[in-house]
Amino acid sequence: MTLPLDEVLRIEGGQVLATLIRLIGDIDRAEDALQDAVVAAVETWTRTGVPDNPGAWLTTVARHKGLDRLRREARRAPKEVEAARLLTDEDEYGGQDDRLRLLFTCCHPALAAESQVALALRTICGLTTVDIARAFVVPEATIGQRISRAKAKIARAHIPYRVPPAHELPERLDAVLSVIYLVFTTGHHAPVGELASRVDLAREGLRLGRMLAELMPDEAECVGLLALMLATEARRPARLDAAGDLVLLADQDRSVWDHESIAEAASRIETVMSRSRDWQQPSPRL
Amino acid sequence: MPRYAALIYGVEESTEPAPDEWAKIMAEYNQFGETAGAAGVIAGGEALQETRTATTIQVSGGAKGGDVITTDGPFAETKEALGGFYLLDCKDLDDALHWAAQIPGAWHGRVEVRPVIDFSQE
Repeated sequence: MTLPLDEVLRIEGGQVLATLIRLIGDIDRAEDALQDAVVAAVETWTRTGVPDNPGAWLTTVARHKGLDRLRREARRAPKEVEAARLLTDEDEYGGQDDRLRLLFTCCHPALAAESQVALALRTICGLTTVDIARAFVVPEATIGQRISRAKAKIARAHIPYRVPPAHELPERLDAVLSVIYLVFTTGHHAPVGELASRVDLAREGLRLGRMLAELMPDEAECVGLLALMLATEARRPARLDAAGDLVLLADQDRSVWDHESIAEAASRIETVMSRSRDWQQPSPRL
Repeated sequence: MPRYAALIYGVEESTEPAPDEWAKIMAEYNQFGETAGAAGVIAGGEALQETRTATTIQVSGGAKGGDVITTDGPFAETKEALGGFYLLDCKDLDDALHWAAQIPGAWHGRVEVRPVIDFSQE
């Protein structure tokens, strides 16, 4: 199945942005570099087709574009240091850890809860400010402000770009899981029909949940959340009746449930439970 | 390295603490000073006398040289008052927050951690 170009760009863009943020050390600059690369991609790929490794292509081009921008700005030493870092960093594209870093940074407790959600949707899911605003039924300017304040805080207070150390991880992971679940439930309860937004937050929540479960497969809570979302989403076709009213679980038409998703949820739970040898504490979502 | 002001806020008791209470507080702060000092994190700091010893001035007219209005007390009467501060030299916010949590004031009140402007970067 070939995805439309803008969908490919949005999916790959999240990973690329995460890497660029680590290389450049600044979200705004990283976004600019990515944007330049996307423009180049649209131009080139419509002629040559999507490359085998679109993410690597985008990262390489974005690094050059980022470097070009730095050179054009007549600035002092700190910027040259950044430029050198862009040039000499040996890390290949494919740093899975960069996405985790970005996710944990977006969900840092020093950022207001609603800013965490907006920033995560913007940087990881690649949603536009307009789409985020519509999905939460909030003015576009409000979302824009939340995102720019969050970026400014990260820069000015020097919030570190990293996955927290082991002793902080359980608490911080909990915050990440809450953000993902909030995104999912907002989408799950969204109205259907004319009032529905273009973007399906339930799908984005699932994407984030999958990404997290992939990156932290041994964390029972991450798998638990994904399974919970899969099972909930699986029942969505039966959730509302023709009049748009809620149907009780017992009364739902189970034949329209997505049984593949339910099976996936069950299998993931089994896998993680068989892998965890000892349970330090009960896992709420599991 | 970035620096942060750790502003210590707490409820001011109406009476002075008892001598052994005072000794306990001093011991806790001394321990913080030693640990954080050894880590090279303390760039400055002071304990402040109570807000009733404060005087607030305001110059009217919006420019230098206007009338000086002098009032007794802090700029605002708040339940929790500024009792002191540290200037922390830390590598990032997480580091600053870790050290701020070691300040005894954080255990009985709250500590605000705010980045200091580095004029050499602007």
